[in-house]
Amino acid sequence: MNTFAHRLLELYQSEPEAIALHLLLNQEPDKSITYSELIHGAAGYANALKNSGIKMGDVVILILQHGEDLVYAFFGAILNGSIPAIMPFLTEKLSPEQYRQSLISLFEITAPSAVITYPEFIQEARRAIKPDSSVRAVLISNQTKPQSEITSSYFENGLKRSPQDIVLLQHSSGTTGLQKGVALSHAAVFNQINSYSRALNLNPSDVVVSWLPLYHDMGLIAGFIMPILSRVPLVLLSPFDWVRAPQKLFHAVTKYRGTLSWLPNFAYNFCTQKIRERDLDGVDLSSWRAVNNCSEPMYWKSHQMFFDRFTVYGLQSTALTTCYAMAENVFAVSQGGIFKPVTVDRINQHSFLVDHIAHPAKKSDNFINMLSAGSPIDNTSVRVLNQRHIEVPDRHLGEIAISSDCMLTGYYNRPDLNKLVFHDGWYLTGDLGYVADHEIYVTGRKKDLIIVGGKNIYPQDLENLASDVHGVHPGRVVAFGVPNDSTGTEDVVIIAEVDVDDEIDDLEIESSPEYVQISDEIRTRVTRGSDIALRYVRLVKRGWLLKTSSGKVARSANRERYLTELNTG
Amino acid sequence: MNTEIIETLSTFIASQILKQPKRVILPDEPLISNGLVDSFSLVDLSLFIEKTYKVYIDNTELNRETFDSLSQLADLIQSRL
Repeated sequence: MNTFAHRLLELYQSEPEAIALHLLLNQEPDKSITYSELIHGAAGYANALKNSGIKMGDVVILILQHGEDLVYAFFGAILNGSIPAIMPFLTEKLSPEQYRQSLISLFEITAPSAVITYPEFIQEARRAIKPDSSVRAVLISNQTKPQSEITSSYFENGLKRSPQDIVLLQHSSGTTGLQKGVALSHAAVFNQINSYSRALNLNPSDVVVSWLPLYHDMGLIAGFIMPILSRVPLVLLSPFDWVRAPQKLFHAVTKYRGTLSWLPNFAYNFCTQKIRERDLDGVDLSSWRAVNNCSEPMYWKSHQMFFDRFTVYGLQSTALTTCYAMAENVFAVSQGGIFKPVTVDRINQHSFLVDHIAHPAKKSDNFINMLSAGSPIDNTSVRVLNQRHIEVPDRHLGEIAISSDCMLTGYYNRPDLNKLVFHDGWYLTGDLGYVADHEIYVTGRKKDLIIVGGKNIYPQDLENLASDVHGVHPGRVVAFGVPNDSTGTEDVVIIAEVDVDDEIDDLEIESSPEYVQISDEIRTRVTRGSDIALRYVRLVKRGWLLKTSSGKVARSANRERYLTELNTG
Repeated sequence: MNTEIIETLSTFIASQILKQPKRVILPDEPLISNGLVDSFSLVDLSLFIEKTYKVYIDNTELNRETFDSLSQLADLIQSRL
């Protein structure tokens, strides 16, 4: 029987004093938590859930920040046989109204039975609960104390779950993302952990160091569940602390002799450009054997700049590894750089852009260096398909489709979506790429999804926010991402149509106070209503935006037009 | 002196962070809570302040508790000069 509760019970009995995780908190001493303490803490939450009538299979939403409460509440829900889902916490830039709307849309689709949050957030959570809501209990974190005596009854509900039952939900952000909870079974998570451990050569001497948020698949699986269930010590930092002081990751690696980390591509640029020399005193990165670039397009240049800056601190070139992952496959699809250095495929730029074939570049060709995402992990198969869903030969670009023993059970309570994403048993990822010598290269996306710093952002959410601004034609707004070489991730651009006299030219729109106010308002609304900070707003005259034959605004066509105009000045 | 600091910071934020060189940021306009400056840009801002004014300012010091407007930030810099 392979369920989370079985594994937790086994760890509790065999390794009670082993360290499960070191929690790094801002301006406090590090807190080391043993498996015994983990179970005692989790049992407190399991008990509270049980006493509130929360049953097996009920969804429990966790609105908690990085810290002990979140860790215990997550595993407490598991012990109770319930299904935890971690919700991003309200940040200082987000508007509380917008956040409440997100909660409402999450509650509607997910139909949770309980919410666990801080006392100071209770009122906010209650406001999002409508009179006929499914939520039966709102639990307060500080009223839950670790249980001093552990009896088998704490594991009882959890142990009744079967491997095919759903163990957790994982959401991405924004209204759209929150309505698309990826439901994963115990079996899927364990199958992923088994295959991915082999791909990583995960072993007892490893130490995982992570600052990634736990509401995201990379943080939740690679930086939380996999190490804890595999009895590999985890060093957990808060994303909020890391973004203010990125050197903290390096100091954690140094102190705990960290061996494995996962970073979105932008973090390589961010660390390289923003860490002060004086903040690197005493840093030793020689223990790092794999820093996995994952969750957004990977750039060879980002690896190079990161290596050039930190090699003097012991960073090995072989430690720069790559991974292709998605929540729908629990996490990893492929892994590169563990048993041999990451392949850099030098391809002919012209045939890539024009013929959509990644031919190796000859000496005199214009070329692009593509970073390989490595080979598929065990029990995950990858195919590249053309528009008619027929497999294409090696080096031909197409949509990446996967089939595995660790696929999602489905999008939770969304049968409508489940039909769309599978074709003949293959999950259509929406990512574009090619395969060469059994290795995967991800080159772009078919869908309009924007990825900023590893976070999935749905353009329709941003467009809806901007449409509400007075002076903007509702529905005449487009949002898309454009790559930024310097930051190593995407910048979000919004183009909105406004009413102006025909005599006014584009330059005048940009500088008149009336329009500056509109673009400011768009910027503020989008920034405060979403997970990103909007950088580029462009106002245009009615009729600028290109539409599809069905009258909808065409994102990719407008993106092309914007980039072309930008390049021609 | 504060006016000068405010002007310099306003120019930096408008041109480097917002990429809208013509935008003028008012001394009391909320920066963080209005989403003009996000957490990634705070690091840029602190690097810029250190370089320009030769004062020691840690990334972690820059948050909504210590400042949310240009005039508050100018006061903070002034106190370190």
